[in-house]
Formats: sequence, structure tokens, C-alpha cells
Amino acid sequence: MNRIEVKDLNVYFGDAHILKNINTEIPKNTVTALIGPSGCGKSTFLRTINRMNDLIPSFRKEGDIILDEEDIYSPKYDVASLRKKVGMVFQKPNPFPKSIFENVAYGLKVHGIDDKDFLHQQVEESLKAAALWGEVEDKLDNSAMSLSGGQQQRLCIARTIANNPEVILMDEPCSALDPISTTKIEDLIHKLKNDYTIIIVTHNMQQATRVSKYTSFFLNGEIIESNLTDKLFIEPKVKKTEEYITGRFG
Amino acid sequence: MQKNNFTEFLIEKGLFLTAIFSIIMILIIILFILIEGFPAIQEYGFLNFIFGMNWAPSEGEFGVFPMIIGSICVTLLSLLMAVPLSLLCAIFMAEVAPNNVKKFLKPTIETLSGIPSVVYGFFGLIVLVPIMRETFGGTGFSMFTASLILTVMVLPTIISISQDALKAVPNEYREASLGLGATSWQTIKNIIFPAALPGIITAIILGMGRAIGETLAVIMVAGNVALVPNSIFSPLRTLTSNIALEIGYATGIHHNALFGTAIVLFLIIIILLLVANYMQHKYKIDAGSGYL
Ligand SMILES: Nc1ncnc2c1ncn2[C@@H]1O[C@H](COP(=O)(O)OP(=O)(O)O)[C@@H](O)[C@H]1O
Ligand SMILES: [Mg+2]
Repeated sequence: MNRIEVKDLNVYFGDAHILKNINTEIPKNTVTALIGPSGCGKSTFLRTINRMNDLIPSFRKEGDIILDEEDIYSPKYDVASLRKKVGMVFQKPNPFPKSIFENVAYGLKVHGIDDKDFLHQQVEESLKAAALWGEVEDKLDNSAMSLSGGQQQRLCIARTIANNPEVILMDEPCSALDPISTTKIEDLIHKLKNDYTIIIVTHNMQQATRVSKYTSFFLNGEIIESNLTDKLFIEPKVKKTEEYITGRFG
Repeated sequence: MQKNNFTEFLIEKGLFLTAIFSIIMILIIILFILIEGFPAIQEYGFLNFIFGMNWAPSEGEFGVFPMIIGSICVTLLSLLMAVPLSLLCAIFMAEVAPNNVKKFLKPTIETLSGIPSVVYGFFGLIVLVPIMRETFGGTGFSMFTASLILTVMVLPTIISISQDALKAVPNEYREASLGLGATSWQTIKNIIFPAALPGIITAIILGMGRAIGETLAVIMVAGNVALVPNSIFSPLRTLTSNIALEIGYATGIHHNALFGTAIVLFLIIIILLLVANYMQHKYKIDAGSGYL
């Protein structure tokens, strides 16, 4: 039932060895949290899973990432279809400077869907799934830039959902948001976890305990410890994990 | 503290004075052109001056219509060639080219803009005109020849400014689009290009300004006949050429008529700027952050 398997993954940017011997499995339709101090490679790990790092010329990797039994870095694997399947929500809300409707419909349109009724239906469903529909249903043609930061982030989630992905990567999706918006996004994650495999990077321990079933602790490019979130936070096996979650560094 | 405030005061006033100074200089020049040009327009009649088909100073005929058409045609034709070429080049340089290619392309294009216009004109005269003559017949001096030279001359302006506009598009948009599975080309076409459009329009306006104002290179290859061109292979005379060709010996009303030509050029540029400004506003996207 493993959705993603990572085998002996090493990532380099030029000479810098960023991720070291990562071996992990991300189970299907659950939330996995990645925690660890800044610069330890959480974002890099996430961006290796949807091949976003391919954009960085100095990027190099060893090892395999297997998604549904297929090696996503194999030459025959189509990157566009990978990114449709593995959506990403970024740290800073980044809607396009287009209308709310166009933002949500964008993914479908670039994948060749232009049937108007179908687009409308998908946009509505995605906005509902992202708990934003009620707030925007009568202003779909307004610019996405007119929304608040929290609404923008939910729009970005709606935009990702519209693509009908299997996996959603979230890189500190609440770090730029106020507490109320953060609560809304967390509620949303709870709603989505039955249908999607979610990997969320967070700096907030409480958030990790609130939303995730599994947690991996990253330090200096290595996974120090992975476990059920409850276990990891209540009885960490490794000293470093304990020091980190009790706030002694990071 | 006191001293600091005083320095602030001096800097502020100093900056204000420089700004005022340049505005005054421009006003003086405009005023001078108006005063010098007005008598000709008054005597010959505004409509006769603008729509007159006959420019024959020795016979007292001062119709600048052929030159208006000449300027507009040569500018539009050169933009027609330069805009697609430079936009593709800018997209290539900003979005596609690997670093080592960029390193080589950028200085090359910058050098292009540093070449004096007489060199372009000379190249046109020696190389392009004979080729045109052999290929399309006629004298080789034509709207098309002048437009080709102008195309090369406006390329660097449009390329470098639109390239800056493309590069200023936040990387977050790029990542969002690619992250949804869009290809690079879809991302450029749907997201990056529209976001950069106001800057690109500015680039085109500046290129247009350069083309309509360029005099020397055009004089050397355009043939300078004061007639409305009837094909792109006809010779033509532009407004700026008209002034430069005759100002050396013109006296009396003829002299005033050349300044009148400058007034017309001035009006055309103002109209173009207004149109461009309107377009820029129309395509300006709401890029307010709406953050938090
Ligand atoms: N594009 C890049 N080029 C070179 N080094 C990078 C790049 N992106 C990130 N890094 C480096 O990789 C390391 C891990 O970064 P990151 O994955 O962003 O950490 P985290 O998300 O855990 O804070 C850092 O040392 C960072 O400097
Ligand atoms: Mg990060």
C-alpha cells in the first residue's frame, strides 16, 4: 500500500551534498509530516518528488524514487504527467495574476481540456473541496490577487486539486498565514487526507501532531527518525529528535 | 541632528532644481520649435500643410503629407519585422538559453546598440542597396531598405527591455505553472508573457521612438523622394529626413516650414505615446500582492 518508495536517495547541488542516503516509504492516503531545522533539505526532498529540482542546472541525484511501481526519473517517465499526478502547494501563496476561475482551470486547460461545462463543474468542485467556494462563488471573474493570503493559499490548493492529483506536496503552506487561515488549511488537510497522499513540511510541531499520521525528522540532509506521529513525539528513539521536538535546537 | 536636517534639505532642493532644469530645457526647445514653425503653418494653412501632397519649397509649396506617410510606413514596417524577432530573441534569452549562450548573446546585442547610426547607414548604402537593386529592381533606395536597417537598429532596444520585463516576472509564477504539469512553452505563453506584457509594450514604444526619430541612416538608404510611396519598394522621405536634408540652406518661409515639420513630428509622437499609454494600462494586470 505504499504510494512512494525512496531508495538510497542522494541529492547534490554542484558539490554540495544536500540529501544523504534517504530511504523511506510514504503510505497511501495519509498525511506524512516532514520536520527539521531550516536548511536540512526538507524542501529539496519535496521538490525531488515532483522533479521540480530538474530546473536547477547543478542538481544531480543518485538512487530511485518509485511512484506506483514506476521510477519517476526513468527517461521514459513524462515530467508533465508526473507533476499532474504529484501536485505542489508552495510556502508563499502564488496564484497567477488571473481571475479566480482561470487559476483553478489552468491545470486542466494546459492538459488539453477545453469543454466549458466540464471546466465549470471541475472548478466548482475543486473550490468546494478546498473550502473556498462559499467565499468566491459570486466573484469567480475577480482577480485572484484581490483575495486575502489565506484565501489565496486555499485557491492554490483548489488549483492543485483540480488537476486530480494522487499526491499533494505542501511546503510550509501556513508559514505566511495568520492563525485563523492556518486553522482553515489544517481543517482542509483533514478533509483531504482520505483521498490524497499528502506530504507536508512544517516548522510547527503542534501542526505536525494535529494533521499528520506519520512524521519524519530531517537533520543535515538525513532522515534521523521516522515513525507514527504519536510515537515520534511521545517517545522519540533518537536523542537528536528529542532535542529538536523539545525545542533545544532548530 | 541639525546638520543632518540641513543636508537633507540641500539634497532635496538640489534634486528638485535638477528636475526643474530639465523640464525647463524641454519647454524652451518646444517653445522655440513652435515659434519658428508657426509662421509657415499660419501662412500656408494648417490643413494644407498637413494634407498637402506637394513639397516644393522653390515654388512655395509646403505639403508634408508624403513625409508623414513616409515616417509612419517606415516605422511600422520596421516594427513589423523587429517586434516578432526581438520578442522571440528576448524569450530565448530570458527563459530558454543556457548560461554560456547568454554570456555570449547579451554583450553582442548590447554592442549592436552602441554602433553609431552612420555606420548602419553606410552598411545599408554599400551592401544592402545594391542587393535590393539586383533582387527587386529599381534604384535599391526604398522603404524596404530603410526598414531593414531600422529593424536592426531597434532590435537591441526591444530585446533588452523586454528581456528585463520577462526576467522580472516572479519565479513563483513559473514554479506554480510547471508544478501543475504545464510545459515550458505553455508556461511562457500563458503566464510569463502576459505578466511581462506591460514591460514589453514599453519596449516596443521605445523601439518605435528610436525608429521614428532615426534620421541619418534612413537618409542614406531611403531615396528621399518627397512623394507618397506606392509600394514597399518605393523611395520615400521621412519627417526627420526632410528637416535634416534642407535645414542647411533653407531661408524665410522654407526655414519656418521645416520647423513646422518638426511640430508635426512632435504631434505624431505625442499621439503614439498616448496610444501606447492606453495599451499599457489596458494590459496591466493586477499584480497587487493581496498578501495576508
Ligand atoms: N537552488 C539551490 N542551489 C544550491 N543550493 C541550494 C539550492 N536550494 C537549496 N539549496 C541548499 O540546500 C540545502 C537544503 O535547503 P532546503 O531544502 O531549502 O532546506 P529546508 O527546506 O529544510 O529549509 C540548503 O543548504 C540550501 O542552501
Ligand atoms: Mg524549505
